Amino acid sequence: MDKGPFVCTGCALLCDDITVDLQDNRVIGVNTACLKGVSRMKGCSSPMTCTVDGKTVDVDTAIKEAARILEEAKHPLIFGHGNSTLEAQKKSIELARELGAHIDDTSSFCQGPLVEAILNEKIPTCTLDEVRHMADVIVFWGADPSHSHPRHLSMYSYFPRGKQRQRGWEEDRTAVIIDVRRSDTAAVCGDKLYEIPVGADPEFMDALLNALASKVPKTSFNMDPKRILELANILKKAEFGVVFAGLGMTYSLDSLEPLFRLMDKLNETAKFHLIPMVGQYNMRGFDHTLFRETGHINRVYFGGEEVEHGPQRSVVELIRNNIIDAAMIIGSDPLASLPGPLAKKLSKIPLITIDPCENLTSRISKVTIPSALSGVECGGTAIRMDGVEVVLKQIIETNRLTDEKIIARIMEEI
Amino acid sequence: MAFAVDLLARKLSIEDCPPLKEEKYRSGYEKLNDLITPVGNVTETGFLVHEDKCIGCGNCVVACPVNVVGDPEGTGSGRAPSNDKVILYIKDGIVRPVNIHECRRFGPNKTLCYACIDTCPTKAIEFV
Repeated sequence: MDKGPFVCTGCALLCDDITVDLQDNRVIGVNTACLKGVSRMKGCSSPMTCTVDGKTVDVDTAIKEAARILEEAKHPLIFGHGNSTLEAQKKSIELARELGAHIDDTSSFCQGPLVEAILNEKIPTCTLDEVRHMADVIVFWGADPSHSHPRHLSMYSYFPRGKQRQRGWEEDRTAVIIDVRRSDTAAVCGDKLYEIPVGADPEFMDALLNALASKVPKTSFNMDPKRILELANILKKAEFGVVFAGLGMTYSLDSLEPLFRLMDKLNETAKFHLIPMVGQYNMRGFDHTLFRETGHINRVYFGGEEVEHGPQRSVVELIRNNIIDAAMIIGSDPLASLPGPLAKKLSKIPLITIDPCENLTSRISKVTIPSALSGVECGGTAIRMDGVEVVLKQIIETNRLTDEKIIARIMEEI
Repeated sequence: MAFAVDLLARKLSIEDCPPLKEEKYRSGYEKLNDLITPVGNVTETGFLVHEDKCIGCGNCVVACPVNVVGDPEGTGSGRAPSNDKVILYIKDGIVRPVNIHECRRFGPNKTLCYACIDTCPTKAIEFV
């Protein structure tokens, strides 16, 4: 068995310097990973069992039942994918095509718009390795990586010495936090905190645009114009700037136009890039894969004559409008993450859950099929939050099937 | 008084005072035990990790000037330790001290370095 280093699949940072201690084909110790990663790599505290209608069955029976449900459904949905390998995602898209199904992922209500803008080359981006070696101005906008991606600051964005940033964060890097509160990231990144009201991100972007154009910036929340001008000066002088866009920013933008204007303006005088703070380890991978195949990153329907895409094809609208009549959930827990009324509606249709661990959705699913924990019990490939492809290695043996094989078996049954 | 000084210097533990274990001193023993137990894992430099707060982010590991000098390609660059010259590393999601005699706060020529404390987002590290 490979001794590592291994890749942690705890979040989309995909830290690739992890070593483990093994005993009896179990991970008993994890070195260098954060608590999130340790929790993921040590495996599920409540592994999911293979069931149909709550009764334990063998995998073949569960796969046959899943195939029957999907085949009989007029409008099946395949959803999730953020915690699956690229190989499983490709298979899932293939199944959706065959079924004429709806397919969507968590980016539909997460960082999808930013990933789409990057893939369509509307926003310049860079890799995390470039950030480590070159970035001198780092903006965390609506993001708190100290909680969402614990090793973000230490591995890439702020603390490490890079090839062109040898003097360390005290002298070589400036971190700016734009957020609605004093986050824990703000607490360790010095005094450049710009606290704005909830939803005021577009207004602050416009104020910043004015400041960058040497006009007096005004805001309805009366932020001191001198502070905004000071920030504009920092951004203008950046040799290699990067904006880490969190959900705080994404959720407050009805349209990405203010962000496009700001990035264009910043790149007139400096060199600025944007990386979305993607949560699940391979959410961006699904977006890339679907984009390559259909030209869309999510919200796709294969049931028409042509591939259909749009907000009406999002998981939220499909559930709200009672369109779907069965759903297969892969590596996700929509019942826990969707708003209550939508979760309630989703729970009324037959659900198939493919996941290594038990979760709220699996508890009410008609069929549950346990899968191998990717990055631990099986290998594959994934795409990091910055768009870089990373190879995952298998650490321990398992007799559980991978997501990819489960989907392939369902396709065979259909 | 000599016992108290040695207790604070961690040369002795409260178990080394037999009279304290007598019934009539039980309340005093318990109070002293409550005071001493929370810092039981403290190192010679006074470095103490509150394991219930630490999230293993590694900011302290990467920011530590001793780690940067001793392991520039590994911890100094944000990655896993590449040699045994480091004084802080992450194991099971918690920061652990090692080679503590290399810490800037150790010995007669110690300096009051705050790199690990200042960079901790959860205030899990303190010097006692």
